[in-house]
Parts: sequence; C-alpha cells; structure tokens
Amino acid sequence: MRRCVPAVLALSIIGLGLLLTGLVENRYFYFATYVILQYVVLATAWNILGGYTGYVNFGTPAFFALGAYTATFLMRAYQAPFLVQLLAGGLISGLLGLGIGCLTLRLKGVFFSIATLALTVVLQTLIINWEFVGGAKGMSIIRPATVLFFSSYVKFLFAVMLCLAVASVIIAWWLEHSWIGRGLAAIRDNEEAAECMAVPTLRLKILATTVSGALMGMAGAPFPLHVTLIEPTSAFNLDYAVNSLAMPMIGGTTTWLGPVVGAILLGAAQQTATVTISSALNLLIVGGVLVAFVILAPEGLVGLVRRLVQRERA
Amino acid sequence: MADMLLEVQHVTKRFGGFQALTDVSLQVHQGERFGLIGPNGSGKTTLINCISGVLRTDGGRLLFQGTDITTLPAHQRTRLGIARSFQIPKPFTSMTVLENLRVPLIYAAQTHDADVTAEAMEILQRMGLQAKAGTRATRLSLIELRKLELARAMAARPQLLISDEAMAGLSSSEVDEILTILTALNERGISIIMIEHIMRAVMRFSQRIVVFDAGQIIAQGTPDEIVRNPAVEKAYLGE
Repeated sequence: MRRCVPAVLALSIIGLGLLLTGLVENRYFYFATYVILQYVVLATAWNILGGYTGYVNFGTPAFFALGAYTATFLMRAYQAPFLVQLLAGGLISGLLGLGIGCLTLRLKGVFFSIATLALTVVLQTLIINWEFVGGAKGMSIIRPATVLFFSSYVKFLFAVMLCLAVASVIIAWWLEHSWIGRGLAAIRDNEEAAECMAVPTLRLKILATTVSGALMGMAGAPFPLHVTLIEPTSAFNLDYAVNSLAMPMIGGTTTWLGPVVGAILLGAAQQTATVTISSALNLLIVGGVLVAFVILAPEGLVGLVRRLVQRERA
Repeated sequence: MADMLLEVQHVTKRFGGFQALTDVSLQVHQGERFGLIGPNGSGKTTLINCISGVLRTDGGRLLFQGTDITTLPAHQRTRLGIARSFQIPKPFTSMTVLENLRVPLIYAAQTHDADVTAEAMEILQRMGLQAKAGTRATRLSLIELRKLELARAMAARPQLLISDEAMAGLSSSEVDEILTILTALNERGISIIMIEHIMRAVMRFSQRIVVFDAGQIIAQGTPDEIVRNPAVEKAYLGE
C-alpha cells in the first residue's frame, strides 16, 4: 500500500494541473507557472549530478539550449511533431551528458565545473554561426493554431512541463532510494574509496551525467514554442546555470525534495519580482538568498527542518 | 602452487622520471599473514595501490587466484576479493558508520537488501563499533576511523585484506586492539597484507615479511630472519 503513495501523489498532481487548465483562463498564470515548473526540472536534473554525485555543473544553459535548438532544427527541417521534438531534445542533450561523463575520468572538482562552463561558451558560439536555426539574430517560431484537448497552446505547454517536472522528480526519487543513489553518494564523499569499495564509479558518473543532461534537454525542447522566438542569448542565458545551482542549494542538495522546494520558492519570488519591481532584480534576489543560505543553513531548507525536528525529539 | 592467492610478477611503476617500483615480485598464500615494511617513500603504498587497482602498473603482471588482474579496474578487483583500508582514513562523510558499510555490502558482496543491515551490524560488533552504528563518520575519533576503514574493507567480503598503516598514530593499547581484530580476521581464513611502521606489531603479527627500499625488495623471510638481516639494518639506519 505504501509503495503506491508516490504514484498516487504524482498522478493527482498531474490531474490537478489538468483540472486547472479548465478553470483558469489568465495566460500570464500559465506563463509564470511554466517557468517555475521548468526550474523544477532543471534544478532536479542539476541535483542528480551536483547534489547526489558531487560534480558541480555550470553547463545547464548548454544542455537546455541544445534541447531547444534540437527542437528548432527538427521544426524547421522536418516540421516534426512536438513529441518527437521533446524526445529528440532529451536524446541529444543526453548524448552530450554522456560525453561530459567521460570527461569526469580526467577532470575533477573545480576543473570539471570550468569545463562545463567552457562547453556552454563553445556551444553558443557554434549556434551563433549556424544560420539554419537563426544564427545570432534568432528566429521566430509560429505555434500550431490548435492543439488537441487544450483550448490554447500555453495551457498545453504548461501541462507538458508539469508532466516533465513530475517525471524528473520521480526519477530523482528513484535514483536516490535505489542502490544507485548509495553509490553516487559514495562517489560524492570520496571517489577513490568508492572505487575501492567496488562501486563502478565511471559507469555511475556517466549514468548521472546522461540522465541529468537528458532531463535538461527535455526542459529546453518546448522553449522555442513557449517564447515563440529563439535566439542564442536567451537560450544560453547564464541565469539557467545560476538558478539551477542555487535552487538545490537553497532547498537542500541531498534529497529529491530540496530542488523542488528551492525551485518553487526562488522561481515564484523571481516571477513576482519581475512583475512587481523589475526584471533585472532576478539575479540579485538569487545572490542575496544564496549568500544567506550558505551562511545560515548550509544544508538547505530540508536540512534545516530536519535538524529542527531532531532537536525537538532530543 | 595450489594455495597461491596473489602473485606479483616483475611489477614496475614510474611517476614521470621517478622510478617508484623496480621489478617487484612476491607471492601471498591463502590464509597467510604477510608483512610489508620499509622506510618512508620506499614504495609500499605504491605497491598496494597497484595491487588494489588505484594505480596502473607500467610493467609486469598481477595474478589473483590464477586470474590476470593487471588491467582490471579497482572496483572489479574488489569484487574478486581484494579489499583495502587507506592509510589516511577515507570514510564516506555524509553517511553514518552503518551506511558506510552498506556501500561495499551492496556493491562488492552483493548482499540481499533485507540482510544488509544485519550483516553490517555483525561486522561492526566484531570490530567493537556497534555503539557507533548511527554516528556520522565525521564524528569519529582516530581509532574509530581506523576501525571503520577495516570494517568497511571487511564488508566487501574479501579473501585478501590489505591494511595500510592501520595503526599509525594510535596508542600502544589501541595498537593491541587492532592487532587482535586483524588476528581474528585471519583466523577466519582471510589473508592479510599488513603495511606498518610499528615494528613490534609487524614482527608479532606476520608469518613472512618483505622489506622494501627505494622501490625494490631488499629482503624476504620470517620475522627472525629479517631482524638478523644486515641489509635491512642498513636500509633503516644507514651505514
């Protein structure tokens, strides 16, 4: 019976979301929640590599944009249906993740992080010089006029991102609670000792980078249709790197719940600030909150709550 | 020989221009208590890094129970039955003592999920660490960390246990404690390679000793033979 609880929870969240699309008409509501849900996916994906395995990835924009541009390319070249775009985005970014995973054989710690940042720059330069997908000036995307089951395309994209968010949290939950999660934690704590304790470190690291990359790519695939204009500066925005790192840090990196909490709190705060104060304030909020958390609650909100509960019991 | 467990054949290892191991050959038998001594920097840890797979050799062969393991990655060697402790303890810091043992129990010994906790507790009991099962590894004292290193290596269900200076920095009674543990493990049929600077411990423990100096084996024999060997004296004390 207890085993069914996560599945029931996941289905009811999706059900609730679909119900919502029938009730709420405000387009901005879907636009804003889409962004927050997108960050749930990105933060969860980042955390699989950064939080569970201990490899800090600054390359979120690269994986995200690769998913977005894969979708753009497929749209332009083959008028591919949405589902194909989504899966292809995940596949291509997953392959990039696989490559980055092999990189961990040689690069550890901060050197790995620098390499992922470099990856973003290299990939962005390539896209800027690729005219077919718009080059530096970008290209407009025209949404399909109608979409099955939904009264508008924005609602459809919201539903897609909701499913992606739920799916990535389920994947993270499963990884964390399976034998794989134990091995990833061992790698994070001490890679050499993990290898000597029979953990196949390279294989697990590649698994983590691939899954993480694929999820980021899938989060990026609907991006062109969401903003209806794709251009390199926004697709490769450094905000994605900063946010997908800050959100798990704020929520707590060792559990699946951390990135979800962080993404919802920080994402909502950013959306609110964008509307009420100014859009430039986003990163300042992230910076301020991150500094506060590193000092006051280095294990994130989840860790903080856990510590308080333990003190209560003791 | 039928009861040969580990064979090191003509192993060499270089770090850039530095020759860390030169043509090292030795054998460890099933159930043997084997001592490895030598001055600092003589290549003891490099050798066991080569045996456990942390480092790749530049020449020579390694055989474990007749299987060539020269090119196997470390995690596969552990699965075959070679486990080690680290000179500087390397616990999994985010985990409790019990969880530390889970890693090798799951990955090396491939223990069934339901039995993992019971097996881990049994090993901790043998090491005298059962009271610390729920403690974070970061909160342990030095001797507890050393015991955890050994306990974790034991959880991999090894046939060969390599103990890399498990007693350095411990008090004399603590050294005896570790010695008792290692002897008890040996009585259960596990071969042990002990690397140690504490002569009293190595001499008492080992059946056979190999002495290293500058990456080469300079003497081999029973503890009594080693003590009387002039080359050993020279290596440790100079001319």
